[in-house]
Amino acid sequence: MTADSDKPAILAEGLVKRFGKTRALDGFDLEVAPGTVLGLLGPNGAGKTTAVRIFTTLLEPDGGRAQVAGLDCVRDAHALRSQIGLAGQYAAVDELLTGRENLEMVGRLYRLSRATARSRALDLLEQFDLSEAANRPAKTYSGGMRRRLDLAASLIATPPVLFLDEPTTGLDPSGRLSMWERINELRAGGVTLLLTTQYLEEADYLADLIAVIERGRTIALGTADELKRQVGGERIELTLARGSDMALGAQTLQPHVDGPVRVDERTRHLSAPASHGARRLADVVRDFDAAGLELDDVAVRRPTLDDVFLTLTGHAAEVEAAEEAA
Amino acid sequence: MSTQGVSEADAHGWLYWQVSDAIVLTGRALRHIPRSPEILVYSTIQPVMFVVLFRYVLGGAIKLPPGVSYVNYLMAGIFVNTVAFGSFTTGVGLAEDLQKGLIDRFRSLPMSRAAVLIGRTLSDLVRNVFTGAVMFAVGLLVGFDPHGGALEIAAAVGLLLLLGFAFSWIGATVGLAVRNVEAVQSAGFIWLFPLIFASSAFVPTATMPAGLRAFANNQPITQIVDASRSWFLGTPVHSHGWIAVVWCVGIIALFVPLSVRVYRHAASKS
Repeated sequence: MTADSDKPAILAEGLVKRFGKTRALDGFDLEVAPGTVLGLLGPNGAGKTTAVRIFTTLLEPDGGRAQVAGLDCVRDAHALRSQIGLAGQYAAVDELLTGRENLEMVGRLYRLSRATARSRALDLLEQFDLSEAANRPAKTYSGGMRRRLDLAASLIATPPVLFLDEPTTGLDPSGRLSMWERINELRAGGVTLLLTTQYLEEADYLADLIAVIERGRTIALGTADELKRQVGGERIELTLARGSDMALGAQTLQPHVDGPVRVDERTRHLSAPASHGARRLADVVRDFDAAGLELDDVAVRRPTLDDVFLTLTGHAAEVEAAEEAA
Repeated sequence: MSTQGVSEADAHGWLYWQVSDAIVLTGRALRHIPRSPEILVYSTIQPVMFVVLFRYVLGGAIKLPPGVSYVNYLMAGIFVNTVAFGSFTTGVGLAEDLQKGLIDRFRSLPMSRAAVLIGRTLSDLVRNVFTGAVMFAVGLLVGFDPHGGALEIAAAVGLLLLLGFAFSWIGATVGLAVRNVEAVQSAGFIWLFPLIFASSAFVPTATMPAGLRAFANNQPITQIVDASRSWFLGTPVHSHGWIAVVWCVGIIALFVPLSVRVYRHAASKS
């Protein structure tokens, strides 16, 4: 609302934050245009939460510059706070208050009038499927309901920039799916949203743009497709029937693909890079038929963000020890 | 998000919002009182046990100046003990808010930096009124017989509530600095226990060794106990009254800014 539309909604330049000897952020850069959903993706301890805490004025950086909605996160901290919403790693709701009381309290603290806070609270309870539980203390809520209430609280003053720190961590699959729906709905409102996640699937599903963070730095930025393209395009993967001639199989597949065929004798897998693999599949299957080779499985596999992470960092995303500082 | 700009921040001045935030958060903390009755029960059990312990077990062996019954001597100490230990509740409440991430949420909002603390300390003042009333009734049951006039008893009650409020700010500072519920309770014992027992709360200081007696006679708890005891019993207060008030006001003047400072940098990590 106050931010110029040409200015980035979220900006970090060379952010540094130290905790003792560890550098949680070590020259962290980020630029998010208004209306973008940005997924900040990284393993535990990569610095995601530290970055969110600096953007939301909970921490002051040791070096570099951070801005949200055109306001400096240190100098203009107070003005900035009316422009942001934060939903944290754990649902920050008052368990002894009812859902409705929680929302009205946060609304009042955002400087809404009593009447506005009340009507916004009712709208959000409705929108987040909490109307029936509105007058029950939040301690009786399920984990998924608490997260929804927490998210609703961050939206009560309709701030233009939202920060969701691991919004689905610890939720069961149905709770996660329901959070995903809510987050997807926010898009329509044109809000700028930064969400952190260690789930590759989640960033892929929710985010327009993904920034990969490791050891306190952004190591890649792009759409999910762009990042996947860095890893290489699609691959055709075949599994031959037991007892098949694997060498003949490799020979048969080679003319249809863009690179060398990889053969795994043990699992009877053939795999090779092939752009627009799906279009070529019919020909592949016909030739295998003609060669008398029986196929157990045929697939065109697109690289996942797991592959991206592995390529960028040399290790898988979710194996690193949990040491998130702050 | 079509309703942006619903904030009314500009319609009122700075002071209006400081007061509004404090009211909102005091209302929040007051709602906690009936919804967590176990805290009320716990905060009255210890003083009731102390009444029984000192009135019936130890009291007979404690030598007093002539003319004062032990139960009349004891109750001021019990009241001070009750409201002083009530400051744990403030610290525990804030440590819980920190651990649950609520302080993070509050600190990310465009609100007063003191309101969360004011809410807790004011609601604990109300809690002290309640536990104090319970203890007064318990005192009457075991033979407490205050002779002071209405004004003097009001002064004693006022001083006790002022003490409770002042100590709540110490509890708030400790709670935010220690950040862990169990640690808050241990830390509370460390500073509070010596203050309560090395004082005139339960025994006259006259029989203490010289060094300890000098400490006991000059520390705030003794001044506050002596002042409220004299007011309850209608005996001369001497200088204890104003010294007690100065102590409480001094503690508030020191710990309000200190706790707000700790709050500003409070991190949720435990």
